[in-house]
Amino acid sequence: MAIDTEKNSYTVIFAVVMVIIVGAILAGLASGLKPLVKANERYEKQQNILYAMGINNNEGANDVEFIPTEVVEDEFKKYIKKQYVIQGGEVKEDNDAYLIDIKKEENKAKSGNYQRKLPLFVGEKEGKSIYIVPVRGKGLWDAIWGYVALDKDMVVQGVYFDHKGETPGLGAEIKQRYFMDDFTGEKFLDGDVFKGIKVAKGNNDPRNDIKNDHEVDALAGATITGDGVSAMLQKDVRMYKSYFETLN
Amino acid sequence: MGLLSKKDSKLIVDPLTDNNPITIQVLGICSALAITAQLKPSIVMAVSVLFVMGVGNVVISLMRNIIPSKIRIIVQLIVVATLVIIVDQVLKAYSYALSKELSVFIGLIITNCIIMGRFEAFALGNGPWRSFLDGIGNALGYGVILIIVGFFRELLGSGTLFGFKVLGDPVEKTGLYAMGYENNGFMVLPPMALIVVGLIIWVQRSRNKALIED
Repeated sequence: MAIDTEKNSYTVIFAVVMVIIVGAILAGLASGLKPLVKANERYEKQQNILYAMGINNNEGANDVEFIPTEVVEDEFKKYIKKQYVIQGGEVKEDNDAYLIDIKKEENKAKSGNYQRKLPLFVGEKEGKSIYIVPVRGKGLWDAIWGYVALDKDMVVQGVYFDHKGETPGLGAEIKQRYFMDDFTGEKFLDGDVFKGIKVAKGNNDPRNDIKNDHEVDALAGATITGDGVSAMLQKDVRMYKSYFETLN
Repeated sequence: MGLLSKKDSKLIVDPLTDNNPITIQVLGICSALAITAQLKPSIVMAVSVLFVMGVGNVVISLMRNIIPSKIRIIVQLIVVATLVIIVDQVLKAYSYALSKELSVFIGLIITNCIIMGRFEAFALGNGPWRSFLDGIGNALGYGVILIIVGFFRELLGSGTLFGFKVLGDPVEKTGLYAMGYENNGFMVLPPMALIVVGLIIWVQRSRNKALIED
């Protein structure tokens, strides 16, 4: 059977049929897998939050080791005692606060007189309260985000960073242990003033022994991603300052 | 290669040596620059491309007689994109950790000109089996170069391999660093990939004079 593949009508029909077939395959696949993907995303958030407060399987490992997805839901309930939403100075309890989409809140707040919802998680570890705040900002190519665990004086207890599309081997290193671990012990406050924590190139303290300089050592070849991390911490953690003032 | 005829095995071996997509045809350079700062992403990328090229070449080859030539490039693009999205979705559902790891590569696969090049140059004119071999061969040829470049860049740039500190600890000054050795920060930056690829091309051409164009 010979088909004239050069005819315009054939070309159009071929295109239409192909688009329908491909569309159907992809749409079917996406909606079929959606519940699984959604569950994975939920577990991931819980893992990230717990990771920031130091509930992880890092011990003895070289890499970032989350607690396994099978147990994360129970562990999350166990360690996270309270979840709050802060909106315009008003603090409310909300057990689904961790599902709040920071990106959407950011956009809503940009577009007018909307007070964005700020989620805050209070965990307890070894009898000590740990306050975990989500942060979100811009890297070199795309979004970066993470969770910062603080004690009541805004001293960092642990962080977790992630990114959408930073350069592998360079900016993408922000989610490596050797970068994230440096933040532990750093202070956001200088007395009562919010100073933030800077990812600094001229830091001259590669082992990060000095914990009150508001600086951590930058990554080689990832200046813009590092600046993005500094800006993200500066901008997002600051919004929680008034809450931390009420704690003391 | 008992399984393959001489002509077929040439399809696999050629791209590994005298017709390498990166060093001879100079295709796929952009991804070779972007992701070879470390060994692990290089390997992951090589495997991903292997899958997409193997399957994609077969699909295009099966459709080669019904694809209208006017829109063949678009059709090829759709096939690559569809395969990549399928891989992405399945990984997200069943192996979330791995899909996070791959994140940026998945998108980069689509932009890889070797894939489109092989679809256009080979799969459109050959049967599925030969196309499959050609796809695998070219993906291997591409992968080998990625891994070589990744090896040297990670070793010389960061002093590590797969994240393990093979040369000692630069901060604690152990191993080689105790003798005053320093990592070459240049190796981490993308332009150095080009120089490493250039050195590979040099070595390859000086060993095989037939490859030198005048």
